[in-house]
Amino acid sequence: MKILYFAWVRERIGKTEEVVEPPPSVRTAGDLVTWLKARGEEYDYAFERPEVIRIAIDQLHVSHGTSIEGAREVALFPPMTGG
Amino acid sequence: MTVSVTIRVQAEAFDIALEMERLTIGRTDIGAVVTFSGLCRSEGDILAALELEHYPGMAEAEIERVAQVAVRRWPVLGLTVIHRHGMIAPGEPIVLVVATSSHRNAAFEAASFLMDFLKTRAPFWKKEHRKDGTVGGWVDAREADTDAMRRWGDSQ
Repeated sequence: MKILYFAWVRERIGKTEEVVEPPPSVRTAGDLVTWLKARGEEYDYAFERPEVIRIAIDQLHVSHGTSIEGAREVALFPPMTGG
Repeated sequence: MTVSVTIRVQAEAFDIALEMERLTIGRTDIGAVVTFSGLCRSEGDILAALELEHYPGMAEAEIERVAQVAVRRWPVLGLTVIHRHGMIAPGEPIVLVVATSSHRNAAFEAASFLMDFLKTRAPFWKKEHRKDGTVGGWVDAREADTDAMRRWGDSQ
């Protein structure tokens, strides 16, 4: 599955995107954040407050409890500040 | 009735008068045109520019979803939303909403609703670049913007 990072999440991790294969125990979008957080210091920093992270699956906003089953593209980013 | 909905996400500036004309030209059923444009502030002469990052594809799709909610909710005749990305200097426009309707209330409300939803749902992020050459932080989301969105109730 392709993961995209934006704004300070992208800067802290140091990547705009990557392809990952989480284990089957990672079922929800929130599980994915927790799993990524354990991958290294930069991820731990990006996701130090996982509750503020916004998530989109295949370009639709979802909650942390949403299943990632079948997701092709998951985006993780801070609260939006457009307009 | 078909409502003309135009969504653009672009680096270039836009021409407000031209965008108004595009929605109204050749039509005699429109009684109201409301335009809102959001500009980059210097924040007390501190900022050199705001850098707007966006999620290509989702930015357009999310604005379109919000616009379609507005079309279902108010009797608007046309909607145009243009949101810029990239480096934007103080005084330059960032976002434009144009709404047309037969009577003014629909256009006013639809434009206001669109802005409130764009602020909290469209995937854009602002970063400050300061005049002293330093890069400021990412702009924090404002609770007031979330409250402004909530006043419209459940519109999903």
